[in-house]
Amino acid sequence: MAHSVRRDAPELPDFSLLKRLARDQLIFLLEQLPGMKDLFIESDLMSPLDRIANVTTLKEHEVDKLYKVEYKSIVSTSDQLCFLIRPRIKTVKWICDVVNADKAIGKFRRYKVIFCPQKFYACENLLEEQGVIGDLTTDEWSFYLLPLDDDIISLELPEFFRDNFLEGDQRWVRTAGSALHLLHTLYGPFSKVYGIGRCSKMAYESWREQVKEGEQRPRQADIGNVFLIDRDVDLVTPLCSQVVYEGLVDDIFRIKCGCVEFGPDVTSSDKSIKVMLNSQDKVFNEIRNEHFSQVFGFLSQKARNLQTAYDTRSGMDIQQMKTFVSEKLKGLKQEHRLLSLHIGASESMMKKKTKQDFQDMLKTEHSLLEGFEIRECISYIEEHINRQASMLESMRLLCLLSLTENGLLPKDYRSLKAQYLQSYGVDHLLTFSNLKQLGLLVEQQPGETLTVMESRVGKLVNDKTAGKLTDAFSSLAKKSNFRALSKRLNLVPKSDEEYDLRVPRDMAYIFSGAYVPLSCKLIEQALERDGWTGLEEVTRMINGQEFVVTGSNGSDTRVKSDAQQIILVMFLGGCTYSEISALRFLGREKGYKFVVVTTAITNSARLLESMLDRHA
Amino acid sequence: MMRGKPDEDEYWNSSKFKAFTFDDEDDDFTKLKESKRAVNSIRSLVEDEDDEDDVEKVNWSGEPVGSISWSVKETASSIRSTGEARDLSFPKIDTAPSLPKNSSGYSLSSLFKGKAKPGSFQSFSDSFSDQSLRNYAPELRKPKSEYKDYVSDWTPKETVKRMQHGKAYSLEKFRSLQDKLLLLDEAVDAHDGNVITAVLIYLKKSLCKDILFRELISREIALRHYVHYLKEMEEHKLLVELFRSLGRSEDMALMHYRDHLNIKDENKRRDFLKDCLRQPFSPDDASHVQDHYTLLERQIIIEANDKKLENSGQADIFKKYPRKASILNMPIITTLYYSCFYHYGEAEGTFSSPANIRKTFRLSDKQFLLTCLGARAKLKAWFDVDALFTSKNWLGYTKKRSPIGFHRIVDILHKNNAPVQVLQEYVNLVDDTEQKISLAQKYKCHDVVINTYRDLKDRQQLVVYRGKVDRGSPEDRKIEDLLSNTQIRWKN
Repeated sequence: MAHSVRRDAPELPDFSLLKRLARDQLIFLLEQLPGMKDLFIESDLMSPLDRIANVTTLKEHEVDKLYKVEYKSIVSTSDQLCFLIRPRIKTVKWICDVVNADKAIGKFRRYKVIFCPQKFYACENLLEEQGVIGDLTTDEWSFYLLPLDDDIISLELPEFFRDNFLEGDQRWVRTAGSALHLLHTLYGPFSKVYGIGRCSKMAYESWREQVKEGEQRPRQADIGNVFLIDRDVDLVTPLCSQVVYEGLVDDIFRIKCGCVEFGPDVTSSDKSIKVMLNSQDKVFNEIRNEHFSQVFGFLSQKARNLQTAYDTRSGMDIQQMKTFVSEKLKGLKQEHRLLSLHIGASESMMKKKTKQDFQDMLKTEHSLLEGFEIRECISYIEEHINRQASMLESMRLLCLLSLTENGLLPKDYRSLKAQYLQSYGVDHLLTFSNLKQLGLLVEQQPGETLTVMESRVGKLVNDKTAGKLTDAFSSLAKKSNFRALSKRLNLVPKSDEEYDLRVPRDMAYIFSGAYVPLSCKLIEQALERDGWTGLEEVTRMINGQEFVVTGSNGSDTRVKSDAQQIILVMFLGGCTYSEISALRFLGREKGYKFVVVTTAITNSARLLESMLDRHA
Repeated sequence: MMRGKPDEDEYWNSSKFKAFTFDDEDDDFTKLKESKRAVNSIRSLVEDEDDEDDVEKVNWSGEPVGSISWSVKETASSIRSTGEARDLSFPKIDTAPSLPKNSSGYSLSSLFKGKAKPGSFQSFSDSFSDQSLRNYAPELRKPKSEYKDYVSDWTPKETVKRMQHGKAYSLEKFRSLQDKLLLLDEAVDAHDGNVITAVLIYLKKSLCKDILFRELISREIALRHYVHYLKEMEEHKLLVELFRSLGRSEDMALMHYRDHLNIKDENKRRDFLKDCLRQPFSPDDASHVQDHYTLLERQIIIEANDKKLENSGQADIFKKYPRKASILNMPIITTLYYSCFYHYGEAEGTFSSPANIRKTFRLSDKQFLLTCLGARAKLKAWFDVDALFTSKNWLGYTKKRSPIGFHRIVDILHKNNAPVQVLQEYVNLVDDTEQKISLAQKYKCHDVVINTYRDLKDRQQLVVYRGKVDRGSPEDRKIEDLLSNTQIRWKN
């Protein structure tokens, strides 16, 4: 099962450096507030913080007690408070309340707010308005990049997707540019940048500005090529059910910062355990990229091997036994532990998926991707909604239907929306409005063709009626053109061919051979063509704002060829584990090594949850 | 700063990192010169661009950019006229918003704004590159000298740059409307949402809202930042005004509707929803909001009655199945389920009756059946389940009908732990023989399997199936009887 690695694939650079940088800067910032202090940490910064430092590190730098930010009044008795937060208005408001409550009772404390990865003017303005500047000082912890594994780096900014693509707020563009700049400084200089998507283009510009302003010491490049891609270039892929082991684990148990919590049903004991899932886990490393159907066979083979290894004990003499215990036993025990864990996880996932009729669900998904028996798909979705099955799954299927069909027929849209609201609550009106805004779930415009739309826009521009213009603009962006793209790029293999999942022949294996992820296909094509030439029609349908640029950085006149084989792919708005598996496959096939940088690891549930608006 | 541990020392001094400099301007300058020299010696790649104008033009919207590959030699000689950024090694690309191919060639913003002449900008920022470390090193105190060079005649571009770098800046001098808008457009061109919002906050403070709204109409990107900022600040009133002035009435209505989520008290919430009905929703949404109001109104009545009933201990159903939660704020379908569970058989006239809920909210047969089926099956009221499908035709014969396939019904009943006797009745109603057999096997409805094979005269399958049933069981005997029956003319 382990794929043979092509000998010419170079080694990946060591990204643990990023962790050390972040940790050292944090320590530096903590030392800026000498003396004992209590530290309040934003809840979603806790896991990232865990990956780079531990409680001892914090204690060593005079942190007394640790609290999670919970938006309640605080109980700390310390006279110095430090807040480690994301630059969010809600959190800053809470801090203002804390400070002003202290002031009201005449309590004097020193406060420090550390924004991660940067501060925003809107936050500072709020501090000013609330009259707390002077009482507190602010700082920035430029912790942009968290390596989750040898080949995955995350910005841990799940809000990037909503802020950028739904709200149209470009606050994270520069952050992305800075992250890229940091990588460029440490592992560059890059010699070529490919990109597709509006945000990618802006991030590229921001990075280029920063390169221009800064300086680059001549160094030998570790990473030669960069590929930037916007999440909204391909919204279909993250909405598909994941069936590769790592993706499936993420869909079912939710991997958080590379760590998963397995409950009693997996551990077959009464307690849950947290497990790091990365290449250090030898068992996991061998199954993470495999289609789920292949995992059982692998695990049982592994179990048999393990048994054999244990069995070698019988017939050993004392000396042999001694060697066995000191050299082999520990490894075997470790492997045994991991093996039973992943077997437990597989069983539990099997049970859960069988319960929700996963097979039928996958069948519907594949039909949608293929554009086959759409009426049957609609009635499946309808029944799913009527039976009040999972709210997010229903929404996911609706979005997939809309994306693959270029919008729903007005009649279907109205009827499905009404049934959805009846099953899950009328307040999902707000969700539907968001989904429409983003283009995830839309109504087909009657008799609409691209050319008609284009001429309409042409007229509207002269019209100067901005409201209409906005509409036209956004409805243009909404066209997903999935069917045409799929045909053009051969995303859906012919269904009459048998697909052997044991020996994947292309990236489609990550979706049981039913679909090649659009995002990864674009990457493959652009790299193969060394640019976008020949893909004009494809990029026009994506409205992709694609680009490719070559840089010249002293050293690149004789770049070592290894660096050219290492490609950093940056997903703006998140990527899924399935996509990472697909890229790993592509890398093995073509002799590349991909390093995935993403604003966050996403999946269908996270993506759709970010569209919910229920708690204003 | 932490010094001392050898590995840290090495790390700060290794080639990948620069050591920090405190307040040491000279040092910075030396480095700057060094780097300039180094960079200038590198053949640079610069796209032919003149900054100010070019950003406004949409010159390759949707065009393949694969064609734009800048080769080293071609571009080495093209040094830009502004003199800024001679040292850049990657080409600038146009990031202005673009319309699709055959659009008029104007970007949105260019339609509306007056631009200052290019060339009037000094490249001030060029001479200060003290931010090179900013992105991976702790922000240290800025050199004192930087505060001294505070001048207030920075151009919009320089101001935006300074803001991006977190340097001292001043917005007060942007007093004329034109200056304010230039500043805003400059921020938008820099693609830095943080700075765009900062400028908007300043405009919000220094412009009356009508003027600001009017100007935002033609600035889509700035507008979206403003809307998002107001959302985050929870300035709903202002947001509603903004939507109104933009003519975005549906957004305004939804914005208003959203507020009901913050109202805990159900009576206040209901009144608020009633008030909401006056909002300019789209026709479809208006009917949904009407439903929302009606639903909550009824739930309040049902809740009050049932609570009383439950507490009085008189109704058996509540004693047997105590309510787990209140029905308030539950979706329509959940309410129907509740009513099928606790109020089955009530006359259509009562609010709590299933028939009333079905009619009021225009629920389809399918919705009604699925929900009702679930509720009655949960109560193991198989007679009610049976009645759901029974219909009489005009001759008085009864017939079983269902708006959804009986194979789905079987599935639902099975999930509700229906016994085999009940299940097999519905398995029998499945039209497709193959499906019928596979369902019957799945749910162990032996009679159905055996009878179907008998009807198919499929002796072989019957023999195979015999291997799957327990020896000596009734189904085993039944198969044996059939197999020894000489009357049947088996097809195999």
